Amino acid sequence: MTTINIDHTSRWFGNVVAVNDITMNIGPGVTGLLGPNGAGKSTLINMMGGFLAPSTGSVTLDGKPIWRNEQIYKEIGIVPEREAMYDFLTGREFVVANAELHGLDERAAKKALATVEMEYAQDRKISTYSKGMRQRVKMASALVHDPSVLLLDEPFNGMDPRQRMQLMELLRTMGAQGRTVLFSSHILEEVEQLASHIEVIVAGRHAASGDFRRIRRLMTDRPHRYLIRSSDDRALAAALIADPSTAGIEVDLKEGALRIQAVDFGRFTTLLPRVAREHGIRLLTVSPSDESLESVFSYLVAA
Amino acid sequence: MYDPTVARLTYRALLGRRRALILFALPVLLIVIAGAVRGFSGADDQVAVDVLGGFALATMVPIIGVIAGTGAIGPEIDDGSVVYLLSKPVKRPTIIFTKLIVAIAVTMAFSAIPTFIAGMILNGNGQQIAVAYTIAALVASITYAAIFLLLGTITRHAVVFGLVYALVWEALFGSLVTGARTLSVQQWSLAVAQKVGDGDLITSDVALPTATVLLVVVTVVTTWFAGQKLRSLKLAGEE
Repeated sequence: MTTINIDHTSRWFGNVVAVNDITMNIGPGVTGLLGPNGAGKSTLINMMGGFLAPSTGSVTLDGKPIWRNEQIYKEIGIVPEREAMYDFLTGREFVVANAELHGLDERAAKKALATVEMEYAQDRKISTYSKGMRQRVKMASALVHDPSVLLLDEPFNGMDPRQRMQLMELLRTMGAQGRTVLFSSHILEEVEQLASHIEVIVAGRHAASGDFRRIRRLMTDRPHRYLIRSSDDRALAAALIADPSTAGIEVDLKEGALRIQAVDFGRFTTLLPRVAREHGIRLLTVSPSDESLESVFSYLVAA
Repeated sequence: MYDPTVARLTYRALLGRRRALILFALPVLLIVIAGAVRGFSGADDQVAVDVLGGFALATMVPIIGVIAGTGAIGPEIDDGSVVYLLSKPVKRPTIIFTKLIVAIAVTMAFSAIPTFIAGMILNGNGQQIAVAYTIAALVASITYAAIFLLLGTITRHAVVFGLVYALVWEALFGSLVTGARTLSVQQWSLAVAQKVGDGDLITSDVALPTATVLLVVVTVVTTWFAGQKLRSLKLAGEE
């Protein structure tokens, strides 16, 4: 049973606070670290991987400090986000070197390459690999010593759907074997498909925690904003505000549009076309004005 | 203290990059110059000292040292691939020490051997000049490699700083300002050469005991410091 404990940890760079007083425990199984770009996910993963010292607080693995403790890497495997590898080596040479650095031999490398199904290209130079192949060789290098903890920073970035599915399957297996697998992503669907547990980070803060159902509910229950243009804005506004699914309407004269805040997403989406038809109003534009991930996340922080 | 895997990766990184071309180009240039000088003016001890002291030891050795010393670690830190070394149960000072050994070996191979060949061409090792400068190049290789390896761990612009040090401080300042010479790897290694060479053609501004102490202290301190730097290396690419 291997658990990463993050205890009241903050990390700042000069005046910028990247991670702000986060406390969480990451246990066995697959955990997704979800948050928009720049939320502090990489900073947090770098602290869990021992590449960054916490400014305050502590990051430990089963009670042992991770920072400045090389021996911890016997238990941790790391798949970094950055592309750079030893491009002048072949995939096999690279994984063998990683095995040797763990005091293991070629057999461990062979097994790891088989796990990620990269034997077919193992004798090609890494510089000739596609993004997905690189990702798999990185995985092999992280798995070579059979670690109990696996940390992956944005592992699905730039992968095609098939490669994504393969990697997800592999991580699911790792989690099912009782390993502590943590990966970061800024895409909800990705995290939802894979992680049994989700930790949400926004603007350096720990915004939410739970299984994907809980996170999904938090996200769909939030108020939605729409920008609507129609043949008769005022008549439409009057008709919509009568329904409890609409919490507020603003007539934006400059834009020539309505800004509507809906509290009941499902009900509002059926209400709008019906009301328009009943009143003979033509809808010209209906666009969600806050579908960006950031607004979803900022709602979560407030929740 | 020495990790053969780290060494293998370092050798391949050093000799596989385009920068490595300079490692080959400078020694070839030195030997061509030596051949040309010998052809035009015949064997002359003073000319041999001028070429070996002025070009080989003052310019070529430090530049090779910059390429090998910074190249042994700088690019890995720059592009982040050093993470694959750091995420292993290998002591950070072991990584530094191994890389130092590789940097020294490469600097020696590409500076001392051509220096010896050039010396033989210039005056057939008359007055032990070829051997004296070869030993100076060997000694200087160790300290240069250590200094520039440290530089590679502390700045992204290690090559620029290294070249400024090598060319401005060692070659230019050193020949103009007397005080600067005391703090010059070139002068320290010349003190060793002076001891080896016959006659009084090779001279150094630093006495041999001082030079020896400085060579050892600088090598040890810079290596220790580089190990410490690596222990608390924060990987770039953060917000």
